[in-house]
Formats: sequence, C-alpha cells, structure tokens
Amino acid sequence: MDTVTLLSRWQFGLTTIYHWLFVPLTLGLGWFVAFMQTRYYQTKDETWRKMSKFWGKLFLINFAIGVVTGIVQEFQFGMNWSEYSRYVGDIFGAPLAVEALLAFFMESTFLGIWIFGEGRVPEKVHLASIWLAAIGSNLSAIWILLANGFMQAPPAASYVYNEANGRLEMVNFFALVGNPKAWIFVWHTLADGLAMAAFLILAVSAYHLVRKQNLDFFKRSFQIGAVAGLIASTLVFLGGHTMGQYMAEVQPMKLAALEAVWETEQPASFSLLTIGDLSGKREVWSIRIPYVMSFLACNNFTCEVKGVNELQATYEQLYGPGDYVPLMVVTYWTFRIMMAFGFVMMGASAWFLWNTRRKDYENAKWMKLVPFGALALPYIANASGWILTEMGRQPWIVYGLLKVEDAVSPNLTTVDLLISLIGYTVLYGSLAVAMVYLMKKYAIAGPEAAMHESVDAAPALIGSQD
Amino acid sequence: MSYEFLQILWFILIAVLWIGFFFLEGFDFGVGMLLPFLGKKDEERRAIINSVGPVWDGNEVWLLTAGGATFAAFPHWYATMFSGFYLALFLLLVGLIIRGISFEYRSKDAAPAWRNRFDWMIAIGSFLAALLLGAAFANLARGVPIDENMMFTGNLFTLLNPYGLLGGLTTVAIFLLHGANFLGLKLEGELRERVNGFARKLWIGATVLYVVLGIFTYVAGFWNNGHINPGVIPIAAVVVLLVAGYFINQKREGWAFIMVALNIVLTQVTFFSMTFPNVMLSTTNPDWSLTIYNASSSQYTLTVMSVVALIFVPIVLAYQGWTYYMFRKRISTKKENLVY
Repeated sequence: MDTVTLLSRWQFGLTTIYHWLFVPLTLGLGWFVAFMQTRYYQTKDETWRKMSKFWGKLFLINFAIGVVTGIVQEFQFGMNWSEYSRYVGDIFGAPLAVEALLAFFMESTFLGIWIFGEGRVPEKVHLASIWLAAIGSNLSAIWILLANGFMQAPPAASYVYNEANGRLEMVNFFALVGNPKAWIFVWHTLADGLAMAAFLILAVSAYHLVRKQNLDFFKRSFQIGAVAGLIASTLVFLGGHTMGQYMAEVQPMKLAALEAVWETEQPASFSLLTIGDLSGKREVWSIRIPYVMSFLACNNFTCEVKGVNELQATYEQLYGPGDYVPLMVVTYWTFRIMMAFGFVMMGASAWFLWNTRRKDYENAKWMKLVPFGALALPYIANASGWILTEMGRQPWIVYGLLKVEDAVSPNLTTVDLLISLIGYTVLYGSLAVAMVYLMKKYAIAGPEAAMHESVDAAPALIGSQD
Repeated sequence: MSYEFLQILWFILIAVLWIGFFFLEGFDFGVGMLLPFLGKKDEERRAIINSVGPVWDGNEVWLLTAGGATFAAFPHWYATMFSGFYLALFLLLVGLIIRGISFEYRSKDAAPAWRNRFDWMIAIGSFLAALLLGAAFANLARGVPIDENMMFTGNLFTLLNPYGLLGGLTTVAIFLLHGANFLGLKLEGELRERVNGFARKLWIGATVLYVVLGIFTYVAGFWNNGHINPGVIPIAAVVVLLVAGYFINQKREGWAFIMVALNIVLTQVTFFSMTFPNVMLSTTNPDWSLTIYNASSSQYTLTVMSVVALIFVPIVLAYQGWTYYMFRKRISTKKENLVY
C-alpha cells in the first residue's frame, strides 16, 4: 500500500472515530432532554425543567463538536477517495444528499429554535423543537448508516455494473434503503447512542450523589439512566447478535477474522484467548469453548463456521490473487473489548437499577466508582465496534466490489496528506481540550448554574442585573 | 423525464443551492468578520452573535446539501473538484470548524481572554471561508487544468492566480457589506448607528472590487466560456449594487439589504450561466472539460433524487423561512434581554 493511501486511511479513520465519539451522545441525549422537557410540560414540576436545562447544556456542548467535524466527513469522500466517489457516486451520493436535505436542515433549524426560542415561541413549539432536533439527528444517523450499509454489504438488487462507463449504477433505490444489514446497524447504533447517553447521565449523577448534592434532582436522573441504560444496552446486544448471523452470510471473512477461526469448523468453538504470531496472521496458541462460535454465527450450536484459510482460497479464485484477510490482531481484540464492555454495561445498569430500590443507595461504596467507570465503558466499546466493523471489511472499501487501494484520489501527494493529517490532529486535539474543559465545568457546577449560559455569569446574575 | 432534461434540472438545482448558501451564509460570514471590530463590549458582541445565533447552522446546511447533491447528481464533478481543490478545501474546513465551534463555546466561560479568543476565531474562520469559496468559484469560472481522465493536474498555487485572488477578495468584501446590512436590520441603538457607518465605507470597497472583477472577467473573455451568454444579468448586478449605495446613504436598511442580496443572487446566476453546460472547464484542453452530460449520475438516480427534492425542498424552505419570521425582532444589548 503506497504512502498516500496509507495516510488517507489513517486520516479517514482518525477523523471518523473522533467524529463518532460525539455523535452517539448527541443521538441519545436528545431523547432524554426531550423526555424531561415533556415531563415538565405535563407536570410543571420545576425539577423536570432544571433537568432538561442541565442535561440540555451538556447536550449542546457535545453537539457542537459533532456538527463541525461532520462537515469534514462529507467532504472527505471526494477529497481523499475520488475514485471511490466516481465508482459508486451514483448510488452512495443519494443517501448522503437525502441526509442533508431531510435530516441536517431539520436538526440544525429546530435546535436553533430550541436554544434561542424559549420565551419567544409558544411553549408547545419550544417543546416540539427539541423533539424535532432529536428526530433529525437520528434520521441523519439512519441515512449515513444506509450509505455505510452499501459499503459493508451491497444489496445485489440495488445496483448494476455499467461496462460502458466502468462504474456502478443504481437500479433500485428501495433495495438500497431496505438493506437488512444496514437496518441492523441502525438498530445497533441508535441503541448504542441511547446507552451512551444513559451512562453519561449515570456517571454525572453518581458524581453529585456521592457528594450529596441536589439529591432529588440526581436521584431522579440516576433512575432514568439506569432504566434506559439497561434497555438500551440489551438492545445493543440483541442487535449485535443479529448482526453476527448476517455477517456469516455477507461477510464471512470478517466473522472468521474477529474470531480467529483459521480452519473451517463444525461445530465451531469460541476462542477465549488466542495468541498469534507477530504478523498477526498465524495462530500460535489458544483456549477455546466448544459450540459457542456456532451459536454466535447462526443461532444454533452445531452449524459450520468457515475458516480464514478456506475463505482466502475462495476469494483468490473469485477476485484474483491478493490478501483478503483483515488485520486479525485488530479485529480479534476490538471484538473482545466491545463485547466485554457491552456485557459490563448490561450488568452494571441492572445492578444500578436493582440498587435504586434502597433509599440511601448513594452511600454505597461502589457509587464512588461509577463516575469514572460509567463514562469510560461506552466510549471504548463504541470506538472498538467501529474499528472492528471498518477494519474487518479490509481490503474492501465496497465489499466484494472495490478495494481501498483502488479508491484513493490519484492526484494527492504525501505533502498534501501530511499537511491535512497534522492540521486535523492539532485542530481536533484543541477542540477536545476545550470540550472536555467545558463538559467538566458544567457537569460539576450542577443544575443551578445550568439555568444560565455561562457558569461564571450565574452568581452575578442572581439578585442583580450585572 | 428525458435524461438531458434531468441533467439540466440538476444543474439548476445545484445552482439554486449555491445561491441559497451565498445569500444566507453570506451575511453570517459578514457578521462573523465584523464581530471583533464592531462589538466593543461583551454585550455588544453577544448581541451581534445573536443576530445569526439561531440560524447560522441552518444556513451552513445549504453548503452540505450542495455538496451532497453534487455527489449524488454529478459524481465526477464532486470527485474532481473535491480532490483537485484538496488543500483549499482543507483550509475552508478549518475555517468552518473554528467559527462553528466558537459560536457555541464563546459564552460558556466568562473569562475575557476566552471570549476574545473565540470571537477572533469566528472572524478569522468566516474570512477564510469567504475568501476560499470566492477563489474557488473564480477558478471554476476561469477554468482549471484537467487531463483527459477528468483529473485535476494543478495544485494549491494553481488556484492562487490573480483572478482567483480577486474573486476571493471581492467575495469577502461583498459578504462584509451584506453582513453589515443584515446587522443594520437586526440591531438597535448605538450599535445600529455604528454598523450603518461601517456599511457606508464597506460599500465603496466592495463596489470597486466588484467592478474590477467584472472588467477582468469581460476582458479575459471568461464570460464566453460556456454556451449561454449571461447578457444583461451582470450589468443588472452592478446596477443593484450601485442602488444599494444610495439606500445605505439614505439609511433605508431593508432596501439596502435586498439590493446587496440581489447582487449576490445575480452574480451567481451570471456564474452558472457563463459556465453552462460545463461544470469544470479544462484549461488544458476544452474537450476534456467536465460537463453536465459526462459528469452526471444515471437517469434512474437523477429521477429518484428529483422526487426527493420535489417533496423536501418546499418543506425545508417553509420551516427555515418561518424561523427567520420567528426571530425577526431587533436585538438589544441590554443584558437581561440577551440569550447568552
């Protein structure tokens, strides 16, 4: 792989993972804020109002980074992957354009109304605007996942190869948007957004509960977080499990690689620990549990799971000579990290929920671990999942149709890439510093301060104009 | 619908998206550039930002939609332009990122140094974006080196030719004027007086640059690159700009705003008519140019996208228009009235 392709991959990977650290929280937290504001609208209970304000403030600080880094994502296809854009633009461009027209306008316009409209627009309109913003951001996730679904598992009915111009053309839009693999991704991802938001709420609430601050406010928040966290992480798990069976069908190589199944097995065992050699492509030693892998792949304990070696041979016959095995050390470990953290999230939220029966659960010793632990879990699980799914599809950019190395913009130079890669790294790093600073500040300052735009301005405003 | 009809339709639709973007984001780029110069006190700066606060993000979506629509309708145009203008677009993205984040973060901390830093980032980001977009469009009008495989063969310095730079600076000047007129409509009291004073000075600079750009375009023959003679449209664009000067002096802010807005619209109409049917003119060999015919998607994709656009564009226009109506009131600098 030449330097420009390699740097382009690093850049796309880093900017996408970064973008996707912020987006799931936007997707999930919007629903919570909308729910809280709805409860205030129904009950006129001031705590609900404060909750929508406080969590809404954190929502906005996080939202801003998702938006500005999102523009980069849309531009990068053409900037770095022009040959990809030519080859599949006929198909891939459509969901992107629909995303902008249908979702981005809705999300940005109604969020603007929500931020600036309180007291200026009728209360009902203000409430509707946060719901529409939440729906808009989740719609945008759906459309980009439909686009990604085409790269992961292009539905055969949706496209034809046009020999005359050498590119793929869309023949059935409904096959593209009805791609079952993409909808499982949607399910897995939107639930993941909810889980991430629930865990942020749990973490921040626990921080204040341990310090006995605003007990009513944060106990209510903690309870909501625990219920939603349990439901959402269960949905994430079920979505992931369903995905496993689709993968066996459409991306058997990814499945074999994330499991380190070298030889085809029936029934297939699940690897608890596999040590590969330095190339990451040969097994040296492993511990395995029988039957479990068959269950993951096809929901019964005895089916056959194809191994890497057999698949490699098949692909060489189909697509010509080449290496069709993804970097196994990455797929293997990201899969395990994602799964382990996902299970811990399910268990933890069940544990939290069980304990909220007690009146004084804030005094429990384990509460002190929640603020940090609950924050780290979903972020690491989420990033691992995306690294797995995107690196597991290598060497393909569109599975079975176009390789990454044939997709890169041919006119770019190493200097171009170094400038942009270093530039993004510095810029995104600074953004993260500002964002974490503000998040921490507002999360720690608590609900009273959130009633004003700036934490610092709050004391001065109480009781006086200046 | 015939294939050719769809290709022309999508050329027009993309032109409309760019016109919408330059008209709307034009004034919020202008507002951004004026921010640190016009606002002396913190409340003044907050009032200036609030004039575009609820809408700037929605305005920027016009750019994203133009990008997405180009990808869907003319994949070769999207691929050649975005990869060809790589470093220029990277700088544009940097500009858009630093201004976007600053709008949201500048008031989240009360330290004057913090706020001042973000205010300047809004100004610099808006300037960078306006300059680069103007330069990019001037280069599209002029033509860029493209080989027989639709590949751009220049680099960043190819774009930094005199015509490109002039296009960039003129865009900056017109957007500054557009922003000043917009603020004249949205602010009140002393700040409104101050911005009207700015508008008078900005008008002179913008008009001079605009006329020079027009003459350059005519003398160099760029207006004759496509198949449609823009005719009297560019002359009308100059006339409305001159009329804008009259209204600015008369302090009739509404009319001044409309005239400069018209100038922006007519400039874009001129641009798109003088390129048609090319979308990227090749200076290497005109036969290697990207046109709406050789760069477009299949008839099926264009049909699907037309149905989608037909349904959703009116809905978007309705609710965006309604937002402007909702926030039509002037913004005072009294602290208790400001949304921080």
